[in-house]
Amino acid sequence: MKSKSKYLMMGASLILLLVFLFPIWNIDLDAPQYPEGIGLRIWANKMTGAKEFDLKNLNGLNHYIGMKPIEPDTIQELKYMPFIIAFFIGSGLLVSFLNRKFIVVWIALLLIIMSVGLYDFYMWGYDYGHNLNPNAPIKVPGMTYQPPVIGTRKLLNITATSLPGIGSFIIFLSASLATVSFIIDKRGIEKK
Amino acid sequence: MKRKGIIISLISVLTTALIIYNCSGGGSSSNFSDAASKVYVAPGSYDEFYAFMSGGFSGQVGVYGLPSGRLFKEIAVFSQDPETGYGYSEESKAMLMTSYGFIPWDDAHHPSLSMTNGEQDGRWLFINGNNTPRIARIDLRSFETEEIIETPNSGGNHASPFVTENTEYVVASTRFSIPIINKDVPINTYKENFGGTISFISVDKNSGKMNLAFQIIVPGFNYDLARPGKGPSHGWAFFTSYNSEQANTLLEINASQNDKDFIAAVNWKKAEEYVKQGKAKTMDAEYYRNYYDEEKQMAYSEVNKKVLVLDPKECPGMIYYLPTPKSPHGVDVDPSGEFIAAGGKLATVIPVHSFSKMLKAIDEKKFDGEISGIPILKYDAVIAGEVQDPGLGPLHTEFDGEGYGYTSAFISSEIVKWKIGTWEVVDRIPTYYSIGHLMIPGGDTKKPWGKYVIALNKITKDRYLPTGPELTQSAQLIDISGDKMKLLLDFPTTGEPHYAQAIPADILMKNSKKIYELEKNKNPWAVKSEKETRVERNGNVVRVYLSASRSHFKPDNIEGVKVGDKVYFHVTNLEQDWDIPHGFTVKGLNNSELLIMPGQTKSILWEPKQVGVYPFYCTDFCSALHQEMSGYIRVSPANSNVQISYNK
Repeated sequence: MKSKSKYLMMGASLILLLVFLFPIWNIDLDAPQYPEGIGLRIWANKMTGAKEFDLKNLNGLNHYIGMKPIEPDTIQELKYMPFIIAFFIGSGLLVSFLNRKFIVVWIALLLIIMSVGLYDFYMWGYDYGHNLNPNAPIKVPGMTYQPPVIGTRKLLNITATSLPGIGSFIIFLSASLATVSFIIDKRGIEKK
Repeated sequence: MKRKGIIISLISVLTTALIIYNCSGGGSSSNFSDAASKVYVAPGSYDEFYAFMSGGFSGQVGVYGLPSGRLFKEIAVFSQDPETGYGYSEESKAMLMTSYGFIPWDDAHHPSLSMTNGEQDGRWLFINGNNTPRIARIDLRSFETEEIIETPNSGGNHASPFVTENTEYVVASTRFSIPIINKDVPINTYKENFGGTISFISVDKNSGKMNLAFQIIVPGFNYDLARPGKGPSHGWAFFTSYNSEQANTLLEINASQNDKDFIAAVNWKKAEEYVKQGKAKTMDAEYYRNYYDEEKQMAYSEVNKKVLVLDPKECPGMIYYLPTPKSPHGVDVDPSGEFIAAGGKLATVIPVHSFSKMLKAIDEKKFDGEISGIPILKYDAVIAGEVQDPGLGPLHTEFDGEGYGYTSAFISSEIVKWKIGTWEVVDRIPTYYSIGHLMIPGGDTKKPWGKYVIALNKITKDRYLPTGPELTQSAQLIDISGDKMKLLLDFPTTGEPHYAQAIPADILMKNSKKIYELEKNKNPWAVKSEKETRVERNGNVVRVYLSASRSHFKPDNIEGVKVGDKVYFHVTNLEQDWDIPHGFTVKGLNNSELLIMPGQTKSILWEPKQVGVYPFYCTDFCSALHQEMSGYIRVSPANSNVQISYNK
């Protein structure tokens, strides 16, 4: 691999370290009584409120509609995720010393894992939104409370907006850098 | 022709009269259309200033917004507050303890904001209790009373709690002289037996903790108001006095005989030195200091038995008397720290003393005798000027920082604006009616914010809708940004507003607490989660450790309580959400309700006297299912075998 290309690929791998510093996905809820906002942040290794006590307050509100409390410690995905990211950093660095074909494999793998992650997120939301306590105080026939994966949905008095966080953009940037690395390496060969 | 002329002239006279009538307005609303926009704070917008107004005989402090005059909160200070449980709950009862026992009320007069370098710093608000001499400190993050200290050797704490430039001290003095130490003597032995004290209470610069540093024994006059110096006069404090006649009956006549009474100028830095040198005597006393521990959410009382006392006879140079006409009331120091304006309430002028002239007169020993070791300075040697024709009954002066003083005149019901230096009156505006104090935001500091002056009136008569014989008290907001003062707004206030303070909103609002953190709650009766809730009996004491969260109490079915038990409900609000308090009460509670903020624990004692089942419920509409937030407690006969039980 050409050195420029190699550095790009190394960059694509190392930049993933930043994923640990920012939320990957944001769910923000807007309700008349919450002018200050209330929301969830999904990180590589944890789930938190947008503000210090948001998660606790959300769980408090959710009991009215019979939603299970969100307990980050019980979410298995948050335990694997750091290792998956670590794997991509390590394998990416390795790939930068190998044949450019491996870049394609690396990108493909990254995209597959991202898709699986999104599907898993959808299923998690589906479970929370549909499996409701039948004895809940507030029961609205036909109403479920699954937050959208991307976009906005009105859930009773709450408007839920779900969007990728900075962490997702970093992953996207990483995949882009890897693609550029692949492309310019190809050009380098042609010039030879 | 002639008749026509008469008709025309009649019409023109009528028209002119109508125009004149409309212009004078007679208080018509058209005069205030421009004022309305100046006090209108649009829905969802914030006021520019917080104003803290003494609740007077309500014993509390009102928090208002300016310029709207809207009331936000009444802070419970010296009086029990059945709304929140202050002074009723087990956690807060100690706040109202004194050497005279539990006192559920006081007469609150002068709010005073803490300062750094002579400017408002937004940390604490102090206020005096005039009746049973006390000073309270309110925390301006929680807007709750954090500490109350009693002052011994005082017959009433009026000239208080004015703050020194860096909040080194808050001051106190005795409004009524009494025997020091108090003892059983005939009242007509006033001259031999009665004395006064001036007290300096230090304030810890980090915690705010108050400590009675020292007292100065002074002749038995009535000490009325005070102001510490600032800038060049920092290190001094000035106290007005009346009744230099030392009358003990019919003071309205007998204490109004002398042409001049005194302002006591106290060099407190010198006093500090004398204390350091060991010149202070330790006197026996008994006075309480009550403080609220925010982590434990509990008030504690500490009883102090000693006080350091300085005698001016043994401490030369510590205190001087400035002769001041006719029973002076207010004493106010201008932002430069040079001028000391006195409100001689029966005087025909406002005397303004000069601090630099005072120092010179002391240097040159321009004395006119002395009283009990306190040299009396010559009036002519200390006076800077007299404001002539200042209205009748001048009381208090505030400053705008632009070179003007504003003095309230009680008898002529007006505010008089005068120029520092030339001492001429430049403007005056009527007040409705009988103004006492007045307040410019920061008008007592080195850096007044100007813009408004608030008149704090004693009488309202026909200004509002009548409410029987007892009418509202009132404040009036006056624009002072132009050359002419302009009345903008009347608004009612709670209790008699004596003095007030105002501070720009942005200094305080960013620090305002939203919740108490449950994790930091160290109250011995707190529960951190529903798992910790329980009911325990120990003899005839039953403790119910209850949690409150939307929309239920845990537990909510309690049995095994008997007639004659002392039942303590310890209620913890488990919420950590902004503006979600829960209330608690039980039927037949001979005590107050509790209003518990998120993360807070409060406890109330209930002594059931009759057998039966008693509902308890949340009193604060907390949520959609607030009405369901309730429970039952069963009370069995005293000899019953029903064991304590509750649902988990």
